[in-house]
Amino acid sequence: MGPLILSRAAGLVVALVAASVLIFVVVNVLPGDPASVILGTAATPGALAQLRQQLGLDQPAWVRYLEWVGGMLHGDFGISPISRIPVGPEILQKLTVSAPLALGGTLVALVVAIPLGALAGIRHRRPSGVVISALSLGGMAVPAFWAGLLLISLFAVRLQLVPSGGFVPWSQDPLGSLTSLALPCLALGLVQGAVLTRYVRSAVIDVQRQDFMRTARAQGLSRWQALVRHGFRNAAIPVVTVLGIQLTSLIVGAVVIENVFDLPGLGLLLFQAVGNRDLVTVQDLVMLLTAAVLVVNLVVDLSYRLLDPRIRAR
Amino acid sequence: MSSSPLFEVRGVTKRYRLPRTSVFARRREIVAVSRVDLDLNDSDSLGLVGDSGAGKSTLLRLLLGLEPPDEGSIRYQGEWRRREVQIVFQDPTRALDPRMTVAEIVLEPLRVLRLREPMSTRLSELLDAVGLPRAAADRYPHEFSGGQRQRIAIARALAPRPRVLLADEPVSALDVSVRAQILNLLHDLRDLYGLALVLVSHDLSVVRHLCDRIAVMHRGEVVEQQQTQSLFTAPTHPYTVRLLEAIPRLRWRPSPRPSE
Repeated sequence: MGPLILSRAAGLVVALVAASVLIFVVVNVLPGDPASVILGTAATPGALAQLRQQLGLDQPAWVRYLEWVGGMLHGDFGISPISRIPVGPEILQKLTVSAPLALGGTLVALVVAIPLGALAGIRHRRPSGVVISALSLGGMAVPAFWAGLLLISLFAVRLQLVPSGGFVPWSQDPLGSLTSLALPCLALGLVQGAVLTRYVRSAVIDVQRQDFMRTARAQGLSRWQALVRHGFRNAAIPVVTVLGIQLTSLIVGAVVIENVFDLPGLGLLLFQAVGNRDLVTVQDLVMLLTAAVLVVNLVVDLSYRLLDPRIRAR
Repeated sequence: MSSSPLFEVRGVTKRYRLPRTSVFARRREIVAVSRVDLDLNDSDSLGLVGDSGAGKSTLLRLLLGLEPPDEGSIRYQGEWRRREVQIVFQDPTRALDPRMTVAEIVLEPLRVLRLREPMSTRLSELLDAVGLPRAAADRYPHEFSGGQRQRIAIARALAPRPRVLLADEPVSALDVSVRAQILNLLHDLRDLYGLALVLVSHDLSVVRHLCDRIAVMHRGEVVEQQQTQSLFTAPTHPYTVRLLEAIPRLRWRPSPRPSE
């Protein structure tokens, strides 16, 4: 497995370089000179030239590319030309909201999807299975923001258990941060969980048709025991794949939920950066998200080898 | 010979409901096994033959206790049916969990049944008994050939020291070249451990070498049950006669090809 990790890691580096070139090109060939965006249409040519020089836009593209990449490798993500704040610490700070949100949402999704999906799979011909199946279809159709609004009106307004929005920084009040993330995690997790339930269900149905499950039953295992001992490991691959996709989509896909709950996360940052033509921030964020997707995919890929000895043997 | 047999099957019927063909259609039933009577004693070996759909595999599932019969009774006179009745399935490639090592697969029945045995010595015994190298223990099923996989499956079935071994078409998924090896292995193991053997096959020649007695099944019913020798020399049921005629012979006779 060692050399395999190395070769996969090398592939990751190549993909990251390719992605950085692509992102840089796309962001920089976009019509609209950042300097004229910042100064507006009434700017004098002299002021424009001065700002360009200040932003480093007078340098050739390849120099700017190398400076960007070199800076990121040193942890320097540049300074936003709009807000004049360093982008790196800004992203790091938003990450303290977005990362727990994505992980929490995924956790809720898993807690919902695995038992319900397994039950729906085992009873897929019986009423209880069909009901779960229908509920998960319904859940897939619910937009996360609507789920969020419903949760707010129940838990925050009616029961007053948690705040309806906003975020308390971890350093101030860790418990407060957790409670302010509870509802958004639930809203994301329930919707993602509904999707995941369908995958768990079909994986369980599939694995139950396998002959080795009959062998397990013939040894005297009950249906559930057979599923726990033999079924889950064999059903895990499609579920892990979907989970990986969901996790990456949650890192930035939570924009809407962040809006609903007024959370200062990455999605909101990206949304605002695009609106403000803050190209440095956009470029950095897109690069980071690309890296996150690639890393999650690598982890998912490597996990297959742990889950299935046949893949391990190549 | 004791008065009551180890397995006593009386008037056993098993039906399955077919899935609906449309929302309004009534679900139709198929009778897989119909009013079967069967006896099996210790160290008996019984062959079950018949073409596909005759109910052979269903009868095995009933003997194993995987499903209850709809009518009739199956009485097992041993002590602990779940331990004493074990099965070897047809396709060892699919019947073994691909995520488990050979050691885990072979020893699983001991764990499931909570039998207290020295695991590693038992594992070596079993691998020796089925002719697998001890180094096989830490490998996975996909690393073995079809015949070797069936040896793994047989070792698994033998692990809890059964009295009755059921085998559902144990060689039909295997290469012709290794079929004889597996059949010989079953033969030797039966003699070594004094197992009662129920061997299901659609192939009379497979059953002939291993079984003292043969039951012929047709459309869920046992239409004929005889000692192997007399079945081959004096079949009574017309279906048995047809089965016997279907055995390919080495003597070449010119016959008109059926035109289609």
